[in-house]
Amino acid sequence: MINQFVKLACVVLLFSVTSCVHLKEYQKSRINDAEMALGNRYVEKNELNFQSYRESASGANAGKTGGGCGCN
Amino acid sequence: MKKVYLSVIGFALICRLNAHAQTNQGTEKLPPLIALDTPPEDTSGYAARQLRLDEVDLVSSYYTQTGNHSAITGGIGTENVIDFSNGLDLHFAWEGNNRNKNTLGLGLGYDYHTSASSAYVTTSGNGKPDGTRIYPSLDWTVENAKTGNTFGLGAYYSGEYNYKSLGADMHFSIKTNDKSGEFGVKLQGYMDHVTLIYPSEFIQAIAPAPAGSMYITTASGNTVLSTGGRSSKPSLPTSPRNTYTAAFSYSQIINSRLQIMVLGDLVTQNGYLGLPFHRVYFTNKKDTIESLPSSRFKLPLGFRLNYFVDDNIILRTYYRYYMDNWGSNANTANLEVAYKISPFFSISPFYRYYNQSAAKYFAPYEVHSPTDTYYTSNYEYAKFQSSFYGVGFRIAPPGGVLGWQQFHDLELRYGHYSQTTGLVSDVISVSIGLK
Repeated sequence: MINQFVKLACVVLLFSVTSCVHLKEYQKSRINDAEMALGNRYVEKNELNFQSYRESASGANAGKTGGGCGCN
Repeated sequence: MKKVYLSVIGFALICRLNAHAQTNQGTEKLPPLIALDTPPEDTSGYAARQLRLDEVDLVSSYYTQTGNHSAITGGIGTENVIDFSNGLDLHFAWEGNNRNKNTLGLGLGYDYHTSASSAYVTTSGNGKPDGTRIYPSLDWTVENAKTGNTFGLGAYYSGEYNYKSLGADMHFSIKTNDKSGEFGVKLQGYMDHVTLIYPSEFIQAIAPAPAGSMYITTASGNTVLSTGGRSSKPSLPTSPRNTYTAAFSYSQIINSRLQIMVLGDLVTQNGYLGLPFHRVYFTNKKDTIESLPSSRFKLPLGFRLNYFVDDNIILRTYYRYYMDNWGSNANTANLEVAYKISPFFSISPFYRYYNQSAAKYFAPYEVHSPTDTYYTSNYEYAKFQSSFYGVGFRIAPPGGVLGWQQFHDLELRYGHYSQTTGLVSDVISVSIGLK
């Protein structure tokens, strides 16, 4: 499974990097839209905590990897 | 004629004074805080250093949960939880040398929760069913005005009755020459302390009372140490738990509508990784305390892709593969479709699917053998699938929300979560951004 993921990520990255275009600042109106941000939004902060406490998996930009108990 | 002559001279002098006022070098127009392109060379020798409050963010969430597999009662029993979380983040900014932008983030979080299963740390079920958590944070980041590269340091604290956590991080990012790609690294360390609160039936066996003293159970269900008729709470020892994370990311703008990010973390934990009040019931029906290895390695790998489909629709996607050396593998897939009803108002339905395999140390109630070395009945380590779906609303009008210019944006989000273990939860969050 991990090999499949790595291969897929490499293919996507290779395809993406080799096909990307340089944008001028005035061409970045869509990319700079608040909802295009590559990350979690502030409003998701607490729900990500709950998920990381209820599930084994965490990290990779979706739930913290340490700190806090979540004992309850 | 003489009067006219003197008037002309006087007027010329006044004009000259005003002209001096206009050409004062110290009051030249300030440079922009974030230079989108290479800024012109600073020849004035002037550097703005004024600290200002750039942004204030608030988030509040109300979370309810029901379930019937509490780890405190060995994998059976109520998991009902209510949690009210609040966070406040202040972002200060100032300009340093060479026009580099500095930001200082101060955060404070406060949660209040009730947990029905916590009451069963004592066998009578009269234990403390609620608690609070406070978690301040601090982050400083400096951004190079020319390159866009950043460097920063952070610190965190989280404190609750039975768990204390102290963390720190160092992070930096490097942009490609054309600034369309960015490589980021974050190195984090958490030094936690787990307070050794055992189920009441084990306290005397694990920590015998000193000579002349004895443990008694009060009417409220708490176990206290009694010496000569006077009672006091026994001092509670702690055990350390350390977590070290190296998080790597690379983001790339593909074109004016598409950008991607690849993420990978290396996480290692050591110390006391179980919890002292989690019970396990063996096949012989006797119970004991959860036992887990003292080290764990986690490897989450993620991928994000955001695509601006047309003028109204944004697709936000996320996939994560996770594995650890306790035998658990997991997949997470998330899709969110932000539909812009207007440029300043959007509605975003989302769906998240998650599955995981069981950790090799997990077994349900009365399934573990007394000969096992490690054992837990915490359903966090069970095999299950979960779904999380809901909707978010975001409003960010140019004139401010409700016409208040500083009220930059408002977001409301509701989600319903269900696991195949029977755990169900709902969460509603609201965030407010002030500038």
